Amino acid sequence: MPTRRRPAQWIEPHLPKLVVSPLFAASLFFVYGFIAWTLYISFTRSAVLPSYEFAGLIQYERLWDTPRWYVAIANLFIFSSLFMAGCTVIGILLAILLDQRIRIEGTIRAIYLYPMALSFIVTGTAWKWILNPGLGLEHVIRGWGFENFRFDWLVNPDMAIYTVVIAGVWQSSGYVMALFLAGLRSVDDEILKAAAIDGAGPIRTYYSIILPMVRPVFLSAFIILAHLAIKSFDLVMALTGGGPGYATDMPATFMYSFAFQRSELGEAAASAVMMLVTVIAIIVPYLYSELRRTGR
Amino acid sequence: MSRAAIDGIVRPKGARNKVLRVLLFFILGLFVLYYLLPLFVMVSTSLKSLDEIRGGSLLSLPRNPNFDAWGKAWQSACVGVRCNGLRPYMWNSVAMVVPAVLISTTLGALNGYALTKWRFRGADTIFALMLFGAFIPFQVVLLPMARTLGLMGLAGSVTGLIFVHTVYGLAFTTLYFRNFFIGVSDGIVQAAKIDGAGFFRIFFHVMLPMAPPAIVVTVIWQFTQIWNDFLFGIAFTVGDSNPVTVALNNIVNTSTGVKEYNVDMAAAILAALPTLLVYIIAGKYFVRGLAAGALKG
Repeated sequence: MPTRRRPAQWIEPHLPKLVVSPLFAASLFFVYGFIAWTLYISFTRSAVLPSYEFAGLIQYERLWDTPRWYVAIANLFIFSSLFMAGCTVIGILLAILLDQRIRIEGTIRAIYLYPMALSFIVTGTAWKWILNPGLGLEHVIRGWGFENFRFDWLVNPDMAIYTVVIAGVWQSSGYVMALFLAGLRSVDDEILKAAAIDGAGPIRTYYSIILPMVRPVFLSAFIILAHLAIKSFDLVMALTGGGPGYATDMPATFMYSFAFQRSELGEAAASAVMMLVTVIAIIVPYLYSELRRTGR
Repeated sequence: MSRAAIDGIVRPKGARNKVLRVLLFFILGLFVLYYLLPLFVMVSTSLKSLDEIRGGSLLSLPRNPNFDAWGKAWQSACVGVRCNGLRPYMWNSVAMVVPAVLISTTLGALNGYALTKWRFRGADTIFALMLFGAFIPFQVVLLPMARTLGLMGLAGSVTGLIFVHTVYGLAFTTLYFRNFFIGVSDGIVQAAKIDGAGFFRIFFHVMLPMAPPAIVVTVIWQFTQIWNDFLFGIAFTVGDSNPVTVALNNIVNTSTGVKEYNVDMAAAILAALPTLLVYIIAGKYFVRGLAAGALKG
């Protein structure tokens, strides 16, 4: 018996590190190593096959010479600002309304939040059908007597990006509602009473007292929505496929298309690095402050 | 004034507040319709015939509800050139999601436990570095991962997808279990150590029995994320090994032949059903995952 226990005793103090090390190593390799690989490829002339000969900033020059990249950037800007604004406004409104002690609050909240359980592909498929110019909403409203009503955003290159906003807001606004509702619930009832005694009406109470108190929720919501917007890929693919033409391209679909359809590895890598830099600029300061707050 | 105002916020009374109350429910009701409308349209379209869809209205109820489109979506709709319906791809997704969720949750639990209850030098740094993996846009790892899967002989396979989801799911599962175990008193672990229990014994006999809430939240969250994934599916699988999200997208965007909207909608509902059921059964835990995702995003 003692002979069998000795190796176990020897290994016991090292077990925590032995468990963490391979997982940490995997993370180092598959996250940081892969980022390094992509970063390096973005400095080479790689096309169909990767080349490992350093070529400076050539891919970044090509990227910023590609008109399609500018479309993707402009779309990201339009989409993220409207998506974030839409989700935040609807989210706050619904959170405040639900905060009024409603009896069937649980049911309503569940309905507002269920789109978050769906795949963006499902959401895209549903909205693609609803927004169908021939048989969808346009047809319905014409049926109500508005014969000349036109709603062809889905196939209109100038308007198609807004359909992505519509579907995106539908999917994610409930999430923002849940974030704000949790924030509102954490506000002490005594503060509400004090505000009421001072003669503040409900609107003023929310606007000048409660909302400023849940400022951290605004930050969380901003980070989450910005992050979702930059990564948005599935919804665009399902709803418009990046089209008409490449009118609804975003950086994520641009990268995919250049990497897997056009085999421009170098330029695809450069666009991926641009996405990463954007995410880092938003996430790292936030993560840093969060970890400092929650760390021991 | 003050008395009425307090009630105005806390407990509405009076005629003016009655009006506000009605308005409140009216707006809430409008948004209920807004969120339910796409689901209603999907279900009602899937139960209609193509003729009825072309002739009727998007919002009308089906006149002769039938499950023909569902049957077709399940077993004979064309995904590209293959016409076996969604069924084989549903099984791909099941074969992908079950091992990926189990492995990533188990490893995350062990990792979170080791990082909080056996704190060694650098544990916080390791956690911070691993956490970053939850935030990267996955585009930045697509190219090297495609090559690595090729080198491992896993290119285009469900096994490859399991591997990818496990690797990139680890950051979230570690985060969730770390945050859970950090709230568990160190005294319990110290007491177990004094009793002579080792690393794994404490994990299996002390920590895991306390962890079901964390396990449920993590499993549900990982299940939803992995089932709904599209990017890894489309980048790392081909044809026969596609997960259901990719197959659904292919069905909907197949440009040949007559566009069968009822089959598209039935296919979308079938693909959404597993995560929707989980949400209906265990919504409470799903929402907790979302709250943790507030850090993750």
